Amino acid sequence: MKISKLSKGLLFITFLLFAGSLFVPLWKIDLEAPQYPEGLVLRLYADKIGGDVEIINGLNHYIGMATLHTENFFEFTLLPYIFGGFAAISLLLIFIARRKAVLVFLISYALFILLAAVDFYRWNYEYGHNLDPNAAIVVPGMAYQPPLIGYKQLLNFGAFSIPDTGGWLLIFACILLGFVVVNEYKFFRKK
Amino acid sequence: MSNNFLKATLTIILVSAFFNSCKPKNSGDVVNGDAAQKAYVAPGKYDEFYNFVSGGFSGQMSVYGLPSGRLFRVIPVFSVDPEKGWGYSEETKPMLNTSHGFVPWDDLHHTELSQTNGEVDGRWVFGNANNTPRIARIDLKTFKTAEIIELPNSGGNHSSPFITENTEYVVAGTRFSVPSDYSNGDVPISSYKENFKGHISFVKVGKEGEMDLAFQIVTPGVNFDLSHAGKGKSHGWFFFSCYNTEQANTLLEVNASQRDKDFIMAVNWKKAEEYIKAGKGKKQSVNYAHNKWDEKTHSAKSVIKKEVYVLDASELKDICYMLPCPKSPHGCDVDPTGEYIVGSGKLAALIPVFSFDKLQTAIKDKKFDGDYGGINVIKYEAALYGEVQKPGLGPLHTEFDGKGNAYTTFFVSSEVVKWDIKSLKVLDRVPTYYSVGHLCIPGGDSKKPFGKYLIAYNKITKDRYLPTGPELAQSAQIFDISGDKMQLVLDFPTIGEPHYAQAAPADVIRNNGQVKFYKIEENKHPYAAKGEKESKVVREGNKVHVYMTSIRSHFAPDNIEGVKVGDEVYFHVTNLEQDWDVPHGFAIKGADNGELLIMPGETTTLKWLPKKAGIYPMYCTDFCSALHQEMQGYVRVSPAGSNVPLTFSLGTNIPATK
Repeated sequence: MKISKLSKGLLFITFLLFAGSLFVPLWKIDLEAPQYPEGLVLRLYADKIGGDVEIINGLNHYIGMATLHTENFFEFTLLPYIFGGFAAISLLLIFIARRKAVLVFLISYALFILLAAVDFYRWNYEYGHNLDPNAAIVVPGMAYQPPLIGYKQLLNFGAFSIPDTGGWLLIFACILLGFVVVNEYKFFRKK
Repeated sequence: MSNNFLKATLTIILVSAFFNSCKPKNSGDVVNGDAAQKAYVAPGKYDEFYNFVSGGFSGQMSVYGLPSGRLFRVIPVFSVDPEKGWGYSEETKPMLNTSHGFVPWDDLHHTELSQTNGEVDGRWVFGNANNTPRIARIDLKTFKTAEIIELPNSGGNHSSPFITENTEYVVAGTRFSVPSDYSNGDVPISSYKENFKGHISFVKVGKEGEMDLAFQIVTPGVNFDLSHAGKGKSHGWFFFSCYNTEQANTLLEVNASQRDKDFIMAVNWKKAEEYIKAGKGKKQSVNYAHNKWDEKTHSAKSVIKKEVYVLDASELKDICYMLPCPKSPHGCDVDPTGEYIVGSGKLAALIPVFSFDKLQTAIKDKKFDGDYGGINVIKYEAALYGEVQKPGLGPLHTEFDGKGNAYTTFFVSSEVVKWDIKSLKVLDRVPTYYSVGHLCIPGGDSKKPFGKYLIAYNKITKDRYLPTGPELAQSAQIFDISGDKMQLVLDFPTIGEPHYAQAAPADVIRNNGQVKFYKIEENKHPYAAKGEKESKVVREGNKVHVYMTSIRSHFAPDNIEGVKVGDEVYFHVTNLEQDWDVPHGFAIKGADNGELLIMPGETTTLKWLPKKAGIYPMYCTDFCSALHQEMQGYVRVSPAGSNVPLTFSLGTNIPATK
């Protein structure tokens, strides 16, 4: 069944959202401490780590956390292609114009989000637990795993993990796709 | 009889009670209930104004907040400061170079903020050196002395560093007239009238602030005291007060106080510029140092310059005019419109106010009263707008609030007097504790004053604070002048002896592009180590160069062996931090030197001459981190001629050498 003009329009917006997410940070971890009233921030882009990486690496050496370097994460070489691919698929769907195709894409996208969350959690766990036993500050039983999403106190730092601009773009893309699917399948319409 | 005795006793009691009630009020009476609220800046909140206060005989400049009176920083300018390594590090030593060699101390009397269109612009603040005549420029993005220029032919650079309304020039006038540097100075002191000359200097200020001695004007020998530029309609003119027109060279307190009137010298500097362009300046050979700080190499360079162009005021008649001014004028202040020039004869009992328009007419109509050493003297009444009658005793300085009022300090009667510029009527007076010298209203010598606060800088403190032996605190007092009556709000102690000060709205400076740290990749210091991998120790004959880095919380290297007695060791320490407010310090045992305070991204050098064999600890002096106390290392010094090889390490041990 062919999809409506409205759905095509929404798919075009989805294309723009995916494309836009390539250029802005997707996720951020805000850090606050008494002696950092100005705050520190770690930003995750599709292709790199940004923000106050050097300063955070400098501070993390006290607790023996491994330093963060973009080149240590294979994800940053992959993610630009994935989001680029998502953008291309969104564009393609306008021409395919099949509601089933949109549904398949939505499901794959949702699976991707789940996978990404698992991956993010895995890295957070890895960095939070794999500590140098010779570090200057060792608190028995203490791990420094940042929250997947939300707030957590880690020694003197409060860590707040939330989507950044790009993350919101991706969330909005998900909502739009969902809306297209619901609309096309007329899930909530009375017959 | 007993009745009479009772009556007499009663009368004495009553009379003495009456006299007691006539005693002047003490300070308790002048402080109103809401004063504390007006000076209170809550913790974590910012002050409304920056106050740049001269440090007087400390040679430095201090920075306070208004209205809280809190001290933020002491900027080392003309005196060495071992705390900050100023004058001790190899990089800063050239800043204190002069034609007399390295001079470790001076006396900073006046501060002047740069202006654009007559308004404070927050780029730089200038300061004068009174003893070995110099002008310093401080960069307000870094609060660091960026440039110092020496002034030839001068002694006691007092009437300085005042500026023109677009900071075209910063001026200097010699307090001591002396034989010029380009003549033979080996003359009898009693030949003052014949051999001693006054020189006033015009230093051009470039776009980036760089100073260049454009020209000097030679005058008869007098003492130049203070000065201020014309503004608005009088832009193009400069006014210098002078005393000792008696030309005394001994016991000046008597011999320089004989004449009824001395002078304010009006200088048409635009005309002087034309004469210089027309080649009327005589090129004279002199020696003066010009020292510049380079923010990229984090080092200063000192150059000795050799010549200056001098204009002769007695030959070029239309540059300088003498305005008679009663009794040894001190302050010489121009109101925000540029029309009124206020002279303050420090021994006078009135304040003369001159009119710029009348001065122009008097010059045009040649209303002269003879000449002084070849300079035309204007008839007193011809340029006088009027006199403030019975304002107080010993007027010194005047600032303006931009609402038509002038505020003059009185040293002898220890008070600030507010008067109306147009009507010359006294409006209000408040006592100061004690004997006020300079005063400051934010923007008070500019076209745009911020007439909210007035700060009095006192010369005598006595009982105002808890006693500290014979040497007492220096003192300033803040008055709220937003209403009709001046109201004392706060006393605050200051460093050195405060003379002139200026203040600017906080936003003008804090939003000027403040530097938080230096970018390591822009560091062009020849001995910088821009990473621990670049750290090393290199021997060149008896010179040992240590390319050292510091980052929380270690030095690289932190173990050094192979240094010998007789070596000159240079610790070139680069602070690798790239974050706000993480300076590191460096000190080593027995150094006959200061410490280093190294800002993030900066490289600074300490020269060390080890005198005997042994182990020398070194450490970070600025509490940098939780592991600051671990930030330390050792240098092994062996006797001269020892075979211990030069080695260095961090984190590993070098194989032992005996």
